[in-house]
Amino acid sequence: MSSKPVPSPDAETAPFWDAAAEGVLKIQKCAGCNEHVFYPRLVCPHCMSDELDWVCVSGCARIHALTIVHRSTAPFRDDLPFAVAIVELEEGPRMMTRVLTDTPETLRIDDPVKVHFAPQGDGPPLPFFEPA
Amino acid sequence: MGANFRDAVAIAGVAESEVGVLPHRTEMQLHAQAAKRALDDAGIGLAEVDGVLSIGSSRGTRMPSVQVAEYLGIMPSYSDSTSLGGCSFEAYVQHAAFAIDAGLCNTCLITYGSTQRSGGAGFGGGTDPWLAASQFETPFGLPMMTGAHALAASRHMHLYGTTRAQLADIAVAARKWAQLNPAAPRHEDLTVEDVLSAPMIASPLGKFDCCLVTDGGGAVVVTRSDRARDARQPPVWLWGSAETHTHSSIANMPDLTVTPAARTGPAAFKSAGLMPSNMDLAMIYDSFTITALMTLEDLGFCAKGEGGDFVSGGRIAPKGDFPMNTQGGGLSYTHPGMYGIFLIVEAVRQLRGEADARQVSADLALVHGTGGALSAGSTLILGKEPRR
Ligand SMILES: [Zn+2]
Repeated sequence: MSSKPVPSPDAETAPFWDAAAEGVLKIQKCAGCNEHVFYPRLVCPHCMSDELDWVCVSGCARIHALTIVHRSTAPFRDDLPFAVAIVELEEGPRMMTRVLTDTPETLRIDDPVKVHFAPQGDGPPLPFFEPA
Repeated sequence: MGANFRDAVAIAGVAESEVGVLPHRTEMQLHAQAAKRALDDAGIGLAEVDGVLSIGSSRGTRMPSVQVAEYLGIMPSYSDSTSLGGCSFEAYVQHAAFAIDAGLCNTCLITYGSTQRSGGAGFGGGTDPWLAASQFETPFGLPMMTGAHALAASRHMHLYGTTRAQLADIAVAARKWAQLNPAAPRHEDLTVEDVLSAPMIASPLGKFDCCLVTDGGGAVVVTRSDRARDARQPPVWLWGSAETHTHSSIANMPDLTVTPAARTGPAAFKSAGLMPSNMDLAMIYDSFTITALMTLEDLGFCAKGEGGDFVSGGRIAPKGDFPMNTQGGGLSYTHPGMYGIFLIVEAVRQLRGEADARQVSADLALVHGTGGALSAGSTLILGKEPRR
């Protein structure tokens, strides 16, 4: 059985995964336009400033879009059914994640969720979310 | 409006390769088979081809136009492997038009070939390890591409009350059209109940909300308008065109209910000097039922949020008042990874009056391709008569 994919941090994303190892959600914020930015970049996609600082965010979000996965590839088959969501952080950016719950069918769009770091295989802790 | 690069060209030939389950074929054979058939259709010889526009399959062929040109024996003066996923071919028609209008070449051959069904490449493939999505999306196990479209569908239902039964109407209509197409693989009846009771893949999308997974290829010949007039078949004219992309991964889609068609539709209609109500036929990319529903809204055939009502009641089925995806679509005809070339082939056949039992009365057809996770879009407006 193949194992689940895990992130391979690189120079651009290391600050995210270093913070994740401490249980902290850190993303970038642009000094040029004040927008929060996710995923990590060299330049801001809003104003192209290269002054992007790493800042801690609350980890509070709402479910923006949601699917309950019933069929997936081998490494995820044991988890079926499970909930994958796009969540919108309080600070603005959206992230893909899995919402951890025993009752995925009760989840609804707009539900509040909170980040919950947990490891997957040998990789760094992943930013899962759970109902808040 | 003054001279327009679109007036410089016409589509002179179209063809599909064999389609279906083709374990005995390679991808290059399907490119070549379709190319030969399309050139035969046009009555244009290989020696006249001086533009090659080809894309590799999701298995990742490098330098696709170079590979195809070598295999066919072409040394082109215009070469293009722009990768917009499933809508690359609609974009290629536009690129061919401006390359020909600019004098870079005279006759462009657009080709596609994929053995994704028999070759074992999963639909949509994986994420390149150097992309951010490999760190921030792939680990969460969303099945691609179904999962991405399911996320969009969930949002559309949440905002507009769109129902699974309305989405099912799209699959049912596609099957009814496929029943009129001898080349389609499935002719058994499909009802809304069948669609709703089929196994869920990623909610709210079930098995019949998803396109077929097939092998196959296609080709289109675009040539100078004067050459097209002398070709074997009546030319089909390019009235309008547009292309765009708005994001790559679904998590970065600016609005999960608004597809790239919201940009390319108005642009293509403006370039053609036409409106949605002028269209006699719509060939709309239907990788999933939700893809077609949102695209219809974004092209302006109905208001945002009203797609569910629009596709209900048999409107898009045979004998309905909005002919759409008349060969059965990706849902019930064929979908070898990238489906966009088949939209062009069917639109041209309809405009030439070659569609037999499924023939509709059409002078103007809209073709809209979609690529990636609702990422890219390209719209063509094609006419039986030239624009001016
Ligand atoms: Zn900025």
